[in-house]
Amino acid sequence: MDSDLIPKGVQRCSLGKFLLWISACGFVLAIGVYAMILCWLKGLNQTNMNDAYGFALWIWADLAIIALGGGAFFTGFLRYIIGIKELKNIINYAVLIGFICYSSALLILAIDIGQPLRGWFIFWHANVHSMLTEVAFCLTVYFAVLTIEYIPLVLENRKIDKIPFFHNLSHNMHEIMAVFAATGAFLSFFHQGSLGGVAGVLFGRPFGFREGILIWPWTFFLFTWSAAAVGPCFTILITKITEKVTRKKLVKDNVIELLAKISGWMLLTYIIAKLIDTYYWAFHTAPGMGLTLAQFYTSDPGSVYGYWILFLEVVIGGIVPALILVTKFGRTNKIALWIAITLACIGICTNRWVMVLQLLAMPVMTFQSWFTYFPSWQEIATTILPVAYGAILISISYRYLPIFPQERELNPIPGEEAEVETVEKEEKKELATGDLSPATETAT
Amino acid sequence: MEKGHNTTFKRYGMVIDLDKCTGCGACMVACMQENNVPFKKDETDKIRSITWIRVYKLNNGKPYPDTEICYLPRPCQHCSGMGDHGHSPCVSVCPATATDYGMDTGIVSQIYTRCFGCRYCMVACPYHVRHFNWWDPVWPEGMENYLSPNVSVRMRGVVEKCSFCYHRYQLARERAFVQGRKDIEEHEYQTACTQACPAKAITFGDLINPAHAVYELKNSPNAFQLLERLQTYPKVYYLSDRLWVRMAGDNYLEEEKREMAQAKIKR
Amino acid sequence: MFPFAFEWIWDMGHYVFHGGLWYALSIIGAGMTYCIGKAAYDTLIQEKGSHEDEHH
Repeated sequence: MDSDLIPKGVQRCSLGKFLLWISACGFVLAIGVYAMILCWLKGLNQTNMNDAYGFALWIWADLAIIALGGGAFFTGFLRYIIGIKELKNIINYAVLIGFICYSSALLILAIDIGQPLRGWFIFWHANVHSMLTEVAFCLTVYFAVLTIEYIPLVLENRKIDKIPFFHNLSHNMHEIMAVFAATGAFLSFFHQGSLGGVAGVLFGRPFGFREGILIWPWTFFLFTWSAAAVGPCFTILITKITEKVTRKKLVKDNVIELLAKISGWMLLTYIIAKLIDTYYWAFHTAPGMGLTLAQFYTSDPGSVYGYWILFLEVVIGGIVPALILVTKFGRTNKIALWIAITLACIGICTNRWVMVLQLLAMPVMTFQSWFTYFPSWQEIATTILPVAYGAILISISYRYLPIFPQERELNPIPGEEAEVETVEKEEKKELATGDLSPATETAT
Repeated sequence: MEKGHNTTFKRYGMVIDLDKCTGCGACMVACMQENNVPFKKDETDKIRSITWIRVYKLNNGKPYPDTEICYLPRPCQHCSGMGDHGHSPCVSVCPATATDYGMDTGIVSQIYTRCFGCRYCMVACPYHVRHFNWWDPVWPEGMENYLSPNVSVRMRGVVEKCSFCYHRYQLARERAFVQGRKDIEEHEYQTACTQACPAKAITFGDLINPAHAVYELKNSPNAFQLLERLQTYPKVYYLSDRLWVRMAGDNYLEEEKREMAQAKIKR
Repeated sequence: MFPFAFEWIWDMGHYVFHGGLWYALSIIGAGMTYCIGKAAYDTLIQEKGSHEDEHH
């Protein structure tokens, strides 16, 4: 029924099966939307946040998905600015994943504010010295960049591409994509950093506070670096999951291995910087405030944060995946690669978790004890919402758009190859005007 | 004009004598009444209770018969930040400029109609003085008639906190202006908690004005501030003869605690 | 966001922050204007060309 919309030369499941899958995701999405509406109509009393936990699950989700979505800006930077050609085979998917992550983050932020109708105050009455202002501006503008990067992909849909204006628009956008990618990298550097700055500047909160350079605490640089390191890991992880679900190879191993190698070295350098930062914080910054590392990671009543979480974040989620990814064996061995990218994602999520939730759990005044919190179902449902939304958008994009340029080559359909080529040639003839090149370098 | 002597440049602050405080809670009641602070039907979950000033109960951690108790009232500390530039933990982070440091008074204000409820200020404040309106305020029937007309009630979804009864400062200034005076006297501007304290544990005034009682009190060797090592520069000082109480005001390493104890013995 | 907001101050913080912001916005705005404008122009030229072909 929808075969006219499906890219030529690729196989997709039946429409019925597809709709069944979308409905299943839609059900989870609907629960999230219901919870979201409850929060908007009834207020944040629907959550289990409290005066000690002003930030909670949502802010962690924001920080985590933006870090994981960092694959878009960093892969874009590598592809368009550094000029690594092989990455053209995964950049589309990186952009799509980034688009999903950033739109989800913006949605969660919109739920997370007490007066959603005043959300625009952050732009209008901006306090330029606040890290959150920087986050809001860069996040929104970078989301616009991601949309611009995603649009040409949508325009490459078989039906849409037949409309000359859209074909030309897509072609033009591809031509100057490097400019957009550079702007995106510039914005990403600042918003990934300022997300790190959100906790790093809190000089009243010893767990999060870090010294730094000028107005930027060290966490500013650590967050940018870690997002650039782990973002590509998440892109690979989602690609691998997509390959498992579709039972197809979609991206060639050399592309994955190259991205994994870059990610591995980024992760290794990040984790060295993180270790230095942790050492300096534990043995210089904290004692200056009258605190020791043992007070941050403790089994005091109310605390669930022992040294185990530091070990999980730095060793299991940092050193181990970094060491796997920098070795050729680690990148080429399928199981090792799966383990490494998964651990890297867990590591960065743990880092974002401690910088939001452990920071707030820890009492600062000596006569207070550790604060506890467990999210309400509304918080959990709205946090799962982006997962369902992401699955839907990926499914639709995969079905109707030429996301994976190598898919046809890797999954030839016996007997159809010749036919496809003929049809394509005819289609091109229809569109061919003067010296106009194909709309995308990746479509053919 | 010389700074600090009945000028328009003030640094309002408080000195609370913890050895006088009996923990009666009159300051909390007075504050809630004065500032139209909302409350819930069920206030058992204190972590969502709005208390502009809250009395904490401290103990020295020793078993009977050496147990000692101290009550510590904690209003907003109105932090000046390093160099008195208003770089207080909360003001510096508010993305919408909804909280401001008054360079003329040293009072940290909260603009309820500007706040959009991101709660970053709550996260930034180590003293937990900031409270979020998780619900719209609901008053028992007839109680609306007893609300103070000088303080606006707050809507759901915004942050609120102690303002050092700023409306009283405004009223005092207006009165002085009408009477042709340029400035106000110490007694003309006092917070509700200060006046309500039956033990007279709270003293309020201009910290940089030698004519005000707080000027001398804050220089006492027994004076301390909460978490002063974090360099928040609070404008609320506490007094206590007891070393353990003074030590409870901040975090100290074990060797620092030993040194402080030894210094006390020598003194 | 704009200088007419009452909390606006002409200081280094505002120069740097808003300088960066408006620089990025300008590039994005100009880039998209160029893409859309050129696409419209190209489409018109192509249509004109194809009409001429039909006449011949």
